[in-house]
Amino acid sequence: MAKIHSEEMFINMGPHHPSTHGVLQLKLHTDGEIVTKIDPVIGYLHRTFEKHAENLTYPQIIPFTDRADYIAAMNNNWAYVMAVEKLMGLEVPEYIEYLRVIIGELNRIASHLLFYGTFGLDSGAFTPLLYSFREREKILDLFEMTCGARLLYNYMWIGGVSHDLPDGFIEKTYDFLNDFYFRKDGKDAITEFNQLLTGNKIFIERNADVGVLKPEDAVNLGVTGPALRATGMNWDLRRNTPYSIYDRFEWDVPVGKGLYGTVGDNMDRYLIRMDEMIESAKIVKQALDQLAGVEKVDVQAAVPKRVKPDAGKEIYFRAENPRGELGFYIKSDGSLKPSRLKMRSPAFCNLSALSEMAEGWMVSDVVMILGSLDIVLGEIDR
Amino acid sequence: MQGIQTFFETTLNVPAGWALVGAAVLFSLLIFIVLALFVIVAVWLERKVSAVIQDRWGPMRAGLTMQGELQTIADTVKLLMKEDIIPSRVDKLLFIIAPLLVFTASFMVTTVLPFGPAGVASNMDLGIFFLLAVSSLGVVGIVMAGWASNNKWSLYGAMRSVAQIVSYEIPIALLVIAIVMYTGTFSVTGIVEAQDTGHGFLGWFAIRNPFLFIGMIIFLIAGTAENNRNPFDLPESESELVAGFHTEYTGMRFAFFFLAEYVNMFIMGMLLAVLFFGGYTPPVYLSSVADMPVLNVLFGNSVLWIILKALGVVIIQMWFRWTFPRIRVDQLMYTCWKVLIPFSMAIVVLNGFWMKLFNLV
Repeated sequence: MAKIHSEEMFINMGPHHPSTHGVLQLKLHTDGEIVTKIDPVIGYLHRTFEKHAENLTYPQIIPFTDRADYIAAMNNNWAYVMAVEKLMGLEVPEYIEYLRVIIGELNRIASHLLFYGTFGLDSGAFTPLLYSFREREKILDLFEMTCGARLLYNYMWIGGVSHDLPDGFIEKTYDFLNDFYFRKDGKDAITEFNQLLTGNKIFIERNADVGVLKPEDAVNLGVTGPALRATGMNWDLRRNTPYSIYDRFEWDVPVGKGLYGTVGDNMDRYLIRMDEMIESAKIVKQALDQLAGVEKVDVQAAVPKRVKPDAGKEIYFRAENPRGELGFYIKSDGSLKPSRLKMRSPAFCNLSALSEMAEGWMVSDVVMILGSLDIVLGEIDR
Repeated sequence: MQGIQTFFETTLNVPAGWALVGAAVLFSLLIFIVLALFVIVAVWLERKVSAVIQDRWGPMRAGLTMQGELQTIADTVKLLMKEDIIPSRVDKLLFIIAPLLVFTASFMVTTVLPFGPAGVASNMDLGIFFLLAVSSLGVVGIVMAGWASNNKWSLYGAMRSVAQIVSYEIPIALLVIAIVMYTGTFSVTGIVEAQDTGHGFLGWFAIRNPFLFIGMIIFLIAGTAENNRNPFDLPESESELVAGFHTEYTGMRFAFFFLAEYVNMFIMGMLLAVLFFGGYTPPVYLSSVADMPVLNVLFGNSVLWIILKALGVVIIQMWFRWTFPRIRVDQLMYTCWKVLIPFSMAIVVLNGFWMKLFNLV
């Protein structure tokens, strides 16, 4: 019998594929269902953010950071304004720091909730999305109360924030946190999420041992955030390079334990985010508790009229985004505009690990592994 | 159908041959109407079931009762009015035939489904055999669609579909063998009659025989896979293959695939009802009310019960779909070849022992 001639099939996944989370193109070389080579193509959403920033004054750049990682816009604002504040040597009032922590951690929960929904979608379960959006909606409502916007906030300003917390915000946030995690009658949202997806046999079979990333590979590839912690590395910038007021709260850094399979597999990356939502909820609750004892100030009082760092000063500041380490390198030439701004986006570096993790797995697994990295194309292409 | 034929021959004095043709046409129309109505209800039900599971309202505006009962009609009109796109580089003939073939295969199966004691279009001796043979014809249409579309995602979907449907036919056929052993007939009405013991639900195979109860569960799993429904919807897995084998189809051509899927669900429900839940027999049988107008429908053999049973199975399949993630293609094969088939074989053997034990042979 003659040998059946077979060859690799080349197939374009994206840029308009339902599971590439935006306009990412993956060039897949497949042998049957097995993917032998992955070649990500990015740039479909490139908006020259960094060059554009050179022609904008420092405060004008803030809305553009919103549009980088539009799922966690608050955290992006925050990282940028902290970088500029460090560059100027600006001290921020304690009250502002509390506001930022509350809002930033709420946005982290919102971001991870979106991950939970889309990861469910990637695995073929449609229903988790609806439940995660129900909770996310509450957070967006809180943000809308605060600054009027639901997606792109421009909330964190250099030296302050745009609006003080409105009346009723604190009570509503307590209500949300209670429904989300703290009520102990087993009807909280986290328990519901776990019942719906986490314990599902099919879900575990699909994710355990799939797309394993080793710690050394993760470090070499610059993987950060939940994907790095899933490999067992205890590295969280909020803990390891303390910034803002994170040292005042009690919380844990969840790391991958390989509960259902190998350490660093899809399931670990998923579980890490589920745990991080709980930790963020704890931080928000503590911050709200402590806020009562903090002297209230005018949130815009410390905002400088002209942001003009000294010439020749430069800074690299990094903060823990929901996706990982978000870094801003800013160089000042003494004018109102930065002479160079570089953004180190976590999703971009995390995406580079995709080939490492997904080659040799099936097409369905590639979708899941990509989903477990939780990329945002707005941030990758900038 | 014999009833209609006799009515034509005796009352209307139609010649025998024409009476047969007339009865056949009339009866197929009847089945078509039942199925069309079922699909309309099922699509609406799917939306409502998913809405209930997902904590939302579902369609509301179409219709008068604020429950969106006319939503399916609106959808159908929309699909009918859509532009019929045939992409330029497809194999045109196969592209056009494929949805029709899938649709025809599904509808042909209904010929042997017993809607009632006399409500079967063709009470052939090899009914269940015919059913298995014809229902697997649909896969040819799916392969055609996948191949003709000239799209790699469609081809993936088609290839998965073949592997899946061909594999999952085996446990189904094995379980049918177990039933046939029990009843000694291939006839679909014969199988129902064997369960029509006059004791209501106690006569059903799923209740009467523990091995067939396990068989029923296997049949439900394999049947869901056979219908390409979640968690086995790999051929059209939305998040991986865009839309699988019908990626390139639009408008009414897509609607044919869609329709076939729902008809298949219905057939699977009917089949489960016939094989394990006594077909058209009622759960509580009262012979004393056999002559009363409404009660004889509720407590006697009637079309109502088989439709209700089929609907129950369909709702269970919908429940699966909206709560489970999808399994991977190798796990799909594993489930079939290493779990379901050995278990079905064991059921065939153990069923034989059971029959010997209770002197049924």
